[in-house]
Amino acid sequence: MIDFSSIVTAVDCFLESAMPHQLAIVVKCILAAVCALVAYLSFAILMIYMERKVCASFQCRLGPTRVGKWGLLQVFSDVFKMIIKEIIEIKDSDRILYNLAPFLVVMSSIITFSCLPFARGLQVLDFNIGIFFIMAASSFGILGILLAGWSSSNKFSMIGAMRSGGQMISYELSMGLSILTLVVLSGTMQISEITEMQTKGWFIFRGHIPAVIAFIIYLIAGNAETNRAPFDLPEAESELTAGFHTEYSGMGFGFFYVAEFMNMFIIAGIATTIFLGGWAPLYIPGLEGFNHAMCYIPGSIWFIGKTLFIVWVLMWIRWTFPRLRIDQVLVLEWKFLVPIGLINLLIMTICVVMGWTF
Amino acid sequence: MSINLVIFSLLALLMIVSALFAVASSKIMRATTLLLFVLFGTAGLYFMLHYTFLGAVQITVYAGGIVVLLIFVVLLLGKGSVDVTQTSMRRYLAGVVTAMTGMAVTIYLINTTQFAQNTVDPDGVAMRELGMALMGTEKYNYILPFEVMSVLLLACTVGAILIARKK
Repeated sequence: MIDFSSIVTAVDCFLESAMPHQLAIVVKCILAAVCALVAYLSFAILMIYMERKVCASFQCRLGPTRVGKWGLLQVFSDVFKMIIKEIIEIKDSDRILYNLAPFLVVMSSIITFSCLPFARGLQVLDFNIGIFFIMAASSFGILGILLAGWSSSNKFSMIGAMRSGGQMISYELSMGLSILTLVVLSGTMQISEITEMQTKGWFIFRGHIPAVIAFIIYLIAGNAETNRAPFDLPEAESELTAGFHTEYSGMGFGFFYVAEFMNMFIIAGIATTIFLGGWAPLYIPGLEGFNHAMCYIPGSIWFIGKTLFIVWVLMWIRWTFPRLRIDQVLVLEWKFLVPIGLINLLIMTICVVMGWTF
Repeated sequence: MSINLVIFSLLALLMIVSALFAVASSKIMRATTLLLFVLFGTAGLYFMLHYTFLGAVQITVYAGGIVVLLIFVVLLLGKGSVDVTQTSMRRYLAGVVTAMTGMAVTIYLINTTQFAQNTVDPDGVAMRELGMALMGTEKYNYILPFEVMSVLLLACTVGAILIARKK
């Protein structure tokens, strides 16, 4: 399998030999940031196109077909439309916070994105508490949403922001619990180590029953974290116009839009990393020939393939189920998911202590 | 000038400027947002010291928890009622005296204390060690404070439920 760390080391050596140490560090930081941003934007374009096509096929439509071959240029023309839109200035609003809010949301999303391991050695941020850092970085995106709702000086935006706040704080809990369950199984929080361990069997198979329960809880909580249907109360079109981003136009809206799609990708990416082995190929103990054949498929293809599969499942859910009421959303979290998550954590701990995992 | 010094100066500048504006701003929402940047700066300092766990806790607890709660309180109180108006001269003076005293004590302590040098592993403290120290019962371990905190949080939860229930 290709090890990207050799390429990274080669670039590193070249930069260190070409310029002084301090300058080399700055150049490396800029290079890493540019790579992360380009990857972020490419996946955003892919996700928006995929959403349109998947949504269309679930509703027995064709989706975009006119701009470019199979509507491939639709996303680019959408972005162009968004850029040339007029930027609205709202009366009696806090201009600074209004303009800051989308950046907070997108910043949180980009930091989380750069923790994803795309292949062995192909990861921007990787240190001893990686998975906890992901939780931390994704927890302040909600501030952007709250500020957006407040500074729009519009009561529907405000209601949307409040709902979003309550919902995201609640569901962060069961997301954290299910991640914690898998940390108990792996014994480490470093993302590269977690993935490396799964080259000898994915955690969803090795952790059997508690891992599967944690996976399901994670998908539900992740779907709620991204504010997508059936948890799209913050922007429920029929009640709140568009919730917290009603008053945004142009790229301000574009940032929220991109961040929402990318958060779905990130949720799927984390699920892939901790449950489905990240870039690790499918490994079945005993079938050496099969395992060897699987290793010829590059890690990045495994990672992106598994992530897009989970994204597809999330889209399937999004276009199938009707929206919940706010009290149902909160009851589901506090009376069902959190207790199940806690008990599941206990079961996983017992399994690990007794050695009942594979 | 080393790269660490540059990053430290940037973080320090961000924290000082945000803290000053957070105090000086008359709009409560802006003050809260600026407080957020001070907390980010603190987290950045922890990351610089390779204490990644504390840095992540700082972001989760303060940025993701406390500031969100603060904003919630401001949102629930409504718009007009919370902006700070001009305070009286006596309060102003009392504030200045308190701040100056605090600063004097801090500077005195920094100048008189011997700081330990380079005791932290550059790769950061291992998560396992941290967990063992938090849950251990031996000397310099923290099981008792940890459990006392959980009782405190339980009391808070019970209190909140008591207030929230109608009768």
